[in-house]
Amino acid sequence: MNTLVRSAVRCLRVDTVCRTGRADGQVFASARLLCAAAGQRDFAEMVKKDKVVVFMKGTPAQPMCGFSNAVVQILRMHGVDEYAAYNVLDDQDLRQGVKAFSNWPTIPQVFFNGEFVGGCDILLQMHQNGDLVEELRKLGIRSALLDAEKGEKSK
Amino acid sequence: MIKMNAYTSYQFSRRSGLCKVVLPGPFHHSLLMLPCVLRSARPAVQTLAFSRQTAQFRPQMASDRPVETTVRAKLTAALEPAHLEVINESHMHAVPPGSESHFRVLVVSSRFEGLSLLQRHRLVNETLREELSNSIHALAIQAKTPEQWENNPSLAKSPPCMGGSKHDNTVAGKLKAGQH
Repeated sequence: MNTLVRSAVRCLRVDTVCRTGRADGQVFASARLLCAAAGQRDFAEMVKKDKVVVFMKGTPAQPMCGFSNAVVQILRMHGVDEYAAYNVLDDQDLRQGVKAFSNWPTIPQVFFNGEFVGGCDILLQMHQNGDLVEELRKLGIRSALLDAEKGEKSK
Repeated sequence: MIKMNAYTSYQFSRRSGLCKVVLPGPFHHSLLMLPCVLRSARPAVQTLAFSRQTAQFRPQMASDRPVETTVRAKLTAALEPAHLEVINESHMHAVPPGSESHFRVLVVSSRFEGLSLLQRHRLVNETLREELSNSIHALAIQAKTPEQWENNPSLAKSPPCMGGSKHDNTVAGKLKAGQH
């Protein structure tokens, strides 16, 4: 992976050098491409680092958007308290970068084990149709809703 | 206007036959006529009001709601929906009145059959790619197959706003773009 990135970087550098003699705009475009390549690698690592990763507006303690809040509440309902939450309002590069990385135009965005799950609507639907319990189980997380159901049945 | 109402209510009562109840005694004309007219007048007025609204509604679609109109047109063309609802939810958020920034769409299409939820949503996002990058800030999506819609014909509600758009520069930019 590293060699691949390095060779891509080298390739872009050569490109930049080649184009220095031409219009400035083209050089700038190559430089931006380089940033995008570097950014993309970071996102792939970021979403894999934790089992559950959320890109949201605000923080789990203080969400700044109703849709982000819905994601936090759904996860909380299932007893998922330990997850990485990145506040995109803090950082415009993060905000635009994650959208490009997942090819998804809106925030919040949820990742399980490095894989893109979807936004608020999808997580909500997965919660409603029971898929979320199953997906969490695959991650080795036991949904708190299962225990809640048991508790109710034993009463 | 009053003449119109009186006339249509008269027409309505004549056609519906609501006033033709005949009761014995002094109640015949005075007392019974009043609720009868009221009852018959109400639907007539509603019909009038409704037709007036739709008359105004149509030109508004094209001129005052360019984003909503485009969203409707693009989704219709790309997904041939059996049922389509495009709801402007901007008034629920911290944006100026009349904005076209926050939308909810419900798309019922046979194109969604065999696709995962993620794939369906991607299809909708892809269709509205231009609007999402230029003018739409938030898009809530329900993507159902005709069968799913038949089993559960309900429109989801969006969560209450938490003020995220208030100090968001990108929203301001998109609002400007949406007004063109």
